Amino acid sequence: MPEAVVRTEKIRKDFSAVTVLKDISIELQAGETLGLIGENGAGKSTLMKILSGIYQPTAGALFIDGKSTSFRNPSDAKAAGVSIVPQEFNLCPDLSVSENVYLGDEIKGPGGLLDRAAMRDRTRELLSELSAAIDPDARIVELSAAQKQLVEICKALVHEARVLILDEPTTVLTKIEIDSLFRVMRDLRSRGIALVYISHKLWEIAEICDRVAVLRDGELVHVAPVATLSLEEMARRMVGRELSDVFPKLAEPSAEAPVLFEVEGLSSPNAFENISFSIRAGEILGLAGLMGAGRTEVAEAVMGVRRATGRIAVAGKELRSHRPMDAVAAGIGYLSEDRQGSGVMVPFTIAENATLVSLPRYSRGLLGIVDRKGEAASAERWKGLFSIKATSTDQCLEELSGGNQQKVSLAKSLDPEPKVLIVDEPTRGVDVGAKRDIYRLIADLAAKGIAIIFISSELEEVIGMCRRVLVMREGRAAGFLEGAAVNEEEIMYLATGIREGV
Amino acid sequence: MANSRTRNKFSAERYGSLIALGILVLVSAVLSPHFLQPQNILNILRQISYTGIIALGMTFVIIAGGIDLSVGSLAAFAGAIGVLTMNALGAAGKPEWVGVLAAVLVALAAGSLGGVLNGLMVTKGRIAPFIVTLGTMAIFRSLSLYLGDAGEFTSTNTLYSQIGSASIAFVPVPVWIMAAFAAFFSLLLGRTRYGRYVRAVGSNQRVALYSAINVDKVRLLTYVVIGLTVGVTAVLISMRFNAVGTSTLGVNYELDAIAAVIIGGTAMAGGSGTIWGTVVGAIILGVINNMLNMVGVSPYLQGTVKGLVIIGAVLIQRRKA
Repeated sequence: MPEAVVRTEKIRKDFSAVTVLKDISIELQAGETLGLIGENGAGKSTLMKILSGIYQPTAGALFIDGKSTSFRNPSDAKAAGVSIVPQEFNLCPDLSVSENVYLGDEIKGPGGLLDRAAMRDRTRELLSELSAAIDPDARIVELSAAQKQLVEICKALVHEARVLILDEPTTVLTKIEIDSLFRVMRDLRSRGIALVYISHKLWEIAEICDRVAVLRDGELVHVAPVATLSLEEMARRMVGRELSDVFPKLAEPSAEAPVLFEVEGLSSPNAFENISFSIRAGEILGLAGLMGAGRTEVAEAVMGVRRATGRIAVAGKELRSHRPMDAVAAGIGYLSEDRQGSGVMVPFTIAENATLVSLPRYSRGLLGIVDRKGEAASAERWKGLFSIKATSTDQCLEELSGGNQQKVSLAKSLDPEPKVLIVDEPTRGVDVGAKRDIYRLIADLAAKGIAIIFISSELEEVIGMCRRVLVMREGRAAGFLEGAAVNEEEIMYLATGIREGV
Repeated sequence: MANSRTRNKFSAERYGSLIALGILVLVSAVLSPHFLQPQNILNILRQISYTGIIALGMTFVIIAGGIDLSVGSLAAFAGAIGVLTMNALGAAGKPEWVGVLAAVLVALAAGSLGGVLNGLMVTKGRIAPFIVTLGTMAIFRSLSLYLGDAGEFTSTNTLYSQIGSASIAFVPVPVWIMAAFAAFFSLLLGRTRYGRYVRAVGSNQRVALYSAINVDKVRLLTYVVIGLTVGVTAVLISMRFNAVGTSTLGVNYELDAIAAVIIGGTAMAGGSGTIWGTVVGAIILGVINNMLNMVGVSPYLQGTVKGLVIIGAVLIQRRKA
């Protein structure tokens, strides 16, 4: 067997007193794709941050081409040929593609001035190797998420990367974009580059990876060729228990239940036009469509963070003005798709986040003194109800895993006791175990009579959670699907415009 | 082991400014036997109270992600029209206490309205706070100069200056007032809904907006808070001098106030900070000034030291992050 490009020996990482990685020994061969799976907080990101020089291990050794190495920072790792394409892109939006690709490593011509032509030409070459139709002079702001990702890959390749780590690269991509990413990955593999692929989507692992490594609670519990594991077995090894049905049983919708939420003729310039729907108490209405179809924009308009015209009514009472506080006062709650950008306050504690929207309820007297005991009691209740993994409700969110942050975000939307709840990509970047928890929580809320709008780009969960779905296409309502018609084919027909709905 | 290490690090971060103050006091006490005498301590406290009160308001503004450069000019303006009102009432034969009351109310109102003006331009006008308050800094100064023809308004009210130099239980009035504001603002920032919102807005404005917080109102109010403190300081400082020098009053106040806030550990980028930290920061500045005076460093060099301390404090903040 040839020498591994990267090998780790008993890598351990402690954060203060907590051990997040225990004795990880793993190796990566040239030209292989290793899938790395595990629940949120299992230690995937920490391990990859060690490999790419962002963190230093507490103990253990790292070998590159058999030679013991230690990375003091990401530049050391890049020099050794290990690069990472992070989940959140690290690009300067106002610089051009080639400027970003060469950022920090510019080619200089005579006199120390930048050789812009050389950088542009080399970027063009790299892009064409990836069969990407991107202009090297385009500014990053003009690019789509998929294109930005290709620029990130270019950035890694320009350093003669031999190991490329992709951290959940498909969360922001559509099906077609995922396919072309996989083509790029296969191409890189054939050029002898070793890839590490982190994802929650197990079918992607099965499709693109040669081997799969499973992390659970900081331990490497299983490494095997992908072909020897079924999807169910991967999931089982990840959570360490059998997974029963992922989706909860949904209550039969009642035709007598009162209409709780109505939207009529809602339009927002450059986003969507003439959207109308209504939801009964206890119903979950799916909102499906491709990226850019305007689903999130509808939610934002309902919440009053986006300008819109049209009629919005909760329990028959029309909303007079479109401000977030009016929407909340009327009983609408929103779980944002962009957790850290608009969902939770990362430096705040669990308790402070959970009560951020409902704070008026916890404040007393003329000055609005916060009733900290009441606040802590509520936070404690949510922590128990959602099994949020944290030492206490005084812990800051920056110390929590993505799945637990998402649960706090949900607690924050629910603490004001909304009558209508909009959940936008509620399980994005969340592991299988937490997903199941979140599905069950949403079904429970519906059973209690809350009207729910369920926005998701994962068809599987729209189908699993909703009996009625509004499919959007290019800012318009393409049609409603109900009952047995809620299936993958019908949704895609409407979403892509192959068929017009009623 | 690891646990105790994190705990130590935690307290060093949180109490860094307090530790620095302790060291400073020790050094000063060694350098000069005069330093620890009660009269000297009270002097330091009175000296810092004027800009210290403004620094308390500045803490709110900076935590919410803003800045206010106009405080010195606004103090001159508010003080000038306060004294003008008082003198006019005196000339009309009203009792002295009426004049004092009117001066206080007018100065507080002028300070608060100045804050409203700054706040409206920042929130409704969507102009960067630095630019807005740079502009109003020039405007308020020029208005004061115009009113007083660049000279001084001397108070004709004897009660006014008596209050300014009075002490209660040996402690000067301005120190009491700063202590009262510090206690009240500490409660407001740390324990109330408004305080929570101020931190939220400074921490992540988008999340705050999505959480149905009235972001504009919260930010606007921080400028009203600082405007009020500017009004208070305008009254206290003009009582002290029994006059308002339209070209001299409040010069460099923004520097002292911002310095106290930053030295006190408030994040320049907003989102976190404490009132007691600002109080400690203000005292540190006062002790440094006092020490430099006592060891005979030229007053012209004191600004250099102050500047270095501010830059050093931010440098330490960076290290921690």
